[in-house]
Amino acid sequence: MDLYIQVLVSGLLLGGVYALISVGLNLIFGVVRIINFAHGEMVMIAMYLTFWLHHFSKLDPYVSAIVIMPVMFIFGIVFQRIVVQPILATSATMKIFATVGVSLLLQNLALIAWKGDFRTVQTSYSMSSLEVFDIIVSIPRLVAFSAALLSIIVLYYFLKYTYVGKALRAIVEDHAVARLMGVNVEKHYILAFGMGTMFTALGGVLLMPFSSVYPTVGVTFTLLAFVVVVLGGLGSMSGTFFAGLFIGVVESIGGTFVSPALKEAIYFAIFVLVLLVRPQGLFGKGKGSEEVGLK
Amino acid sequence: MLAIENVDCYYGDFQALRDVTMEIREGQIVALLGPNAAGKSTTLTAISGVIKYPSGRITFEGYDLTHVKPEKIVAMGIAHVPEGRRLFNTLTVKENLELGAYPKHARARVSDTLEQVYALFPVLQERTNQQAGSLSGGEQQMCAIARGLMAQPRLLMIDEMSLGLSPILVKQMFDMIRRIAESGVTILLVEQQVHHTMEVADYTYIMEKGHIMLSGPTQEIAGHAHVKKAYLGM
Repeated sequence: MDLYIQVLVSGLLLGGVYALISVGLNLIFGVVRIINFAHGEMVMIAMYLTFWLHHFSKLDPYVSAIVIMPVMFIFGIVFQRIVVQPILATSATMKIFATVGVSLLLQNLALIAWKGDFRTVQTSYSMSSLEVFDIIVSIPRLVAFSAALLSIIVLYYFLKYTYVGKALRAIVEDHAVARLMGVNVEKHYILAFGMGTMFTALGGVLLMPFSSVYPTVGVTFTLLAFVVVVLGGLGSMSGTFFAGLFIGVVESIGGTFVSPALKEAIYFAIFVLVLLVRPQGLFGKGKGSEEVGLK
Repeated sequence: MLAIENVDCYYGDFQALRDVTMEIREGQIVALLGPNAAGKSTTLTAISGVIKYPSGRITFEGYDLTHVKPEKIVAMGIAHVPEGRRLFNTLTVKENLELGAYPKHARARVSDTLEQVYALFPVLQERTNQQAGSLSGGEQQMCAIARGLMAQPRLLMIDEMSLGLSPILVKQMFDMIRRIAESGVTILLVEQQVHHTMEVADYTYIMEKGHIMLSGPTQEIAGHAHVKKAYLGM
């Protein structure tokens, strides 16, 4: 019994970070309507930044988030201006080619600059854990989950109650009418890209104390984030959060009881099954799945 | 107030507007009537800056709108209620209305305007926290018009307001248009519902195949042989 609870808790904690990375994608995908295949590379860059800041200036990973988040916000804006803006009006295939290209470019630049080694950050708390009723809870994973949850709540309230947030949600639904209301859509595209990249980067930072970074680490995150966003529904932060937890738990259960090598295959199988039954996603309103061509 | 001069407009090779010239005077209700695909909606999207026109020009109170972006045109005082309501369905009624007041000058007075709009459409106040997508067709149309009014426009353009509404509702909506006009807002109505529209409109334009066929004070237009035969069924 304890094993089951242990697996569930580990899955939920990891799922929180998945949710945060996916929330970033949801903002970008929902608002700008671009299938960004370089999304995982944002996580990769943030993880490397965390590693190098710790390596050279002994900056604690959590403290480094204060530096990395604004840097990645700007990175997102630059990415939007240079890569995305010129191809916004083109076909979905064009966007896939362009962002896959950027993804490969970033992976290989990372390989040239930093080699293929797996790099980890050793902190005093990396191995520490709590024991609650015989369940072991890793401290850095608990911190990651809590920070992810807090960030998602902040973003939720931002989207719910500020004028900018309402405009972003309006653009997710109908950007042409949002423009008729007087919303400067292009400005909001830039903002959504910056914010989405920033939250995604925070996910990468939070992962660093208990995982390792290497040039292709982002690939799994790109696919994972798309699964989570489509399951959770475009534009729905709460849906993304629960879908993130769901995928975390599925991965944890699959990795423990089936085979660690098959954990991704398992959640992709569930993803396909869910879309067969509910093409709009588990919590979706019928938009995400058609955008990625699954409907 | 608004002048459209010799505007041509194309969708690819298809010419949607041919040498369109119209004038809308302050304080009037102006009707733009015509069959499907005559270019009525295109005219509205050209005014609100959504589509570009290679020749001709549109001016609003003397300002040339030709190269002005849609978001600036709303801020100048022209609100466009698009065909088919196009509400933000997953947002609440109140959020939809707040977005209508997005331009700076309107946002500064959003709570006052909201009160006025709720006084005009009490049912929207009852539904304020409901998702706009859950409203009935008539309520959605009211919400769409109310959202347009939230921008505090001086010119309100409404595209196919009566589409898909019951006859009773259509009559109510036209009464509402009169009240809005009496409060000092100039109105441009694009309609296929000819009878009701001609009852409220001061001035009427008839558009066919992208061209203004006829224009004049509504009473004159209603007496015209072509209009009687093709539009009024007499």
